[in-house]
Amino acid sequence: MATWILKFSSKQVTIMAAAVLLFFNFQLNAATNEIIITGGIESARPIGVVPFKYLGNTSLPENLSEVVASDLQRSGKFSPLKLSLMPQFPTTDTEINYAAWAQKGIDMVLVGSVESTGLNQYLVTFELVDVLRAQATGGQAKTLENGKLVMTRDHVIEKRTKTINGGDFRQYAHIISDIVYEKLTGQRGAFLTRIAYIKVLDRDTNPKPYRLVIADYDNVNPTTLLSSPEPLMSPTWSPDGNTLAYVSFENKRSQIYLQDIYTTSRTRLTDFPGINGAPNFSPDGKKLAMVLSKDGNPEIYIMDLQTRNLTRITRNRAIDTEPSWTPDGKSLIFTSERGGKPQIYQVNLATNRKSRLTFEGEMNLGGAITPDNSQLVIVNRTRGDYHIAKQDLKNGDMLVLTNTYLDESPSISPNGSMIIYSVLEYGKPALAWVSLDGRFSFKEPVADGEVKSPSWSPFLL
Amino acid sequence: MLNKNALKTLLIVVPLVTLAACKSGPTDAELEAEANSQAEAAAQQVAEAEAAADAEAKRVDVAKADALQKAKDMFENEKATLVAQNVVYFDFDQASVKSDFHAVLDMHAAFLVKNPGQSIVVEGHCDNRGTPEYNIALGERRAQSVETYLMNAGVSSAQVSVVSYGEEKPAVQGGSEYAFAQNRRGIVVYQ
Repeated sequence: MATWILKFSSKQVTIMAAAVLLFFNFQLNAATNEIIITGGIESARPIGVVPFKYLGNTSLPENLSEVVASDLQRSGKFSPLKLSLMPQFPTTDTEINYAAWAQKGIDMVLVGSVESTGLNQYLVTFELVDVLRAQATGGQAKTLENGKLVMTRDHVIEKRTKTINGGDFRQYAHIISDIVYEKLTGQRGAFLTRIAYIKVLDRDTNPKPYRLVIADYDNVNPTTLLSSPEPLMSPTWSPDGNTLAYVSFENKRSQIYLQDIYTTSRTRLTDFPGINGAPNFSPDGKKLAMVLSKDGNPEIYIMDLQTRNLTRITRNRAIDTEPSWTPDGKSLIFTSERGGKPQIYQVNLATNRKSRLTFEGEMNLGGAITPDNSQLVIVNRTRGDYHIAKQDLKNGDMLVLTNTYLDESPSISPNGSMIIYSVLEYGKPALAWVSLDGRFSFKEPVADGEVKSPSWSPFLL
Repeated sequence: MLNKNALKTLLIVVPLVTLAACKSGPTDAELEAEANSQAEAAAQQVAEAEAAADAEAKRVDVAKADALQKAKDMFENEKATLVAQNVVYFDFDQASVKSDFHAVLDMHAAFLVKNPGQSIVVEGHCDNRGTPEYNIALGERRAQSVETYLMNAGVSSAQVSVVSYGEEKPAVQGGSEYAFAQNRRGIVVYQ
């Protein structure tokens, strides 16, 4: 597979499109993270994301179109055309030379403008244009409306105008990406989501090397919620996106905590002897599945978050761990060694009937079910290699999705399109992403520390 | 005038006579001083005896302290020896204590049996293959098998507790076989 380095950073933009700078006022320190695409760019749909024209004298807080291009790139569904290859830089539909774009193999073009309208106020306008449709209709389609022939511009798939604050640029860029993504794929976009993960700095030089971090879905704006001298593990989101559950060893043993991400106030939920681990919220947010070994070995329990009452789900001498709710909240899937090696099982919570789901490979661990209830995402071990895989829940077909090293901790985006997971990169855990069809994958360059246990938030709006 | 002179003489002589008369026996003051000095001597004797007793007691205390210090030194030395060899290693995906480590665990056990006031925590660790949650479970199983070995060797369960850190606290970073082998371990930590 081809490896591309695609960076939407200021330097390259400057080099690629110095001429553009004569006409467009760019914000040059926009925060977009560099990614290393490891596969699948050839299957992505080309799209033209033209730099939005800026009408104003102050410097812009963020480059909207750059963030949109980065979002579409990261979805794996789109391949934004490089600025240096763009035939023109139109601001509105009427300025688009349809033939010029079609000639470049681009059938969709996003154009727009930003106008400074007051103190920290900006009017943002954008249009998503179907170039091929526009070519076919000459930009003016005739349709019958109430028995009359009227002219329409149905090649403009979406046009919106909105006034935003300077602080909302990045969020609004993600909203534009969500709109473009949904219009062109039929699937809800997940660009306005977040991730949580554990970062471990050098343990020899940092008194508190273990960090609980939340960031935008693209790992921009990372915020440390908690620093600890002892390990932190297993962050997981409540369905409303307000609370994280995680495991902390700050008292030299594992305990489960709940933390409000906005107020940062935290509550210790469990302090049982032995393992307190692997928390996972029920889809209604009222219960937390977890692993406790207070009775001798790791078993799955469900805690009612209001009454704090525990229900024991497994009763087995083997290891049972990694509970994860099915989307309907009626079952849990979990990892169990009851058959010898770790495999994925499902338990119906009404009947307590358990069934084994995975049979392929030496081990299958860390299972989670996609939001549409069609696929089981797992860590599969085959011939000693650990990779992220998916298994079709209807026909049982398994497909290995990754070819990175020591893959673990997969977490599915709320729209079911991407999986974030942890890999070992140059001996250090780092973040990687793969699309659910396995075609598109990318990873982050090695950061200043280990990054692991990623967890993708639910939809936040 | 004469009378006056005679009176002066008398005034001088009489006290002299009186002083001379006193020389003939011990005065009350002399007696009192004598008594005092005898009491002092007696008190000194008592004090000397007490001091001697104190010194003897101190000598015994010092001997006792020496013995205690020696025992403590021995305890610390022995403990230091054990702390220096407090790691046992495991095979991949295994939690049973390998026979290579029986001898070292026997030493820990003997020390813990001899010092029932000493408590330990057994930490279980894993390499970073497999998922973090599974490794927490495996690490606990490793720590428990060390605990069971020590208890079978006579150590009281009250002295031992276990904690699993899974793959969260590797001894060696990285994804090499060497790192894996160094990280699959149980550690006996003295409290």
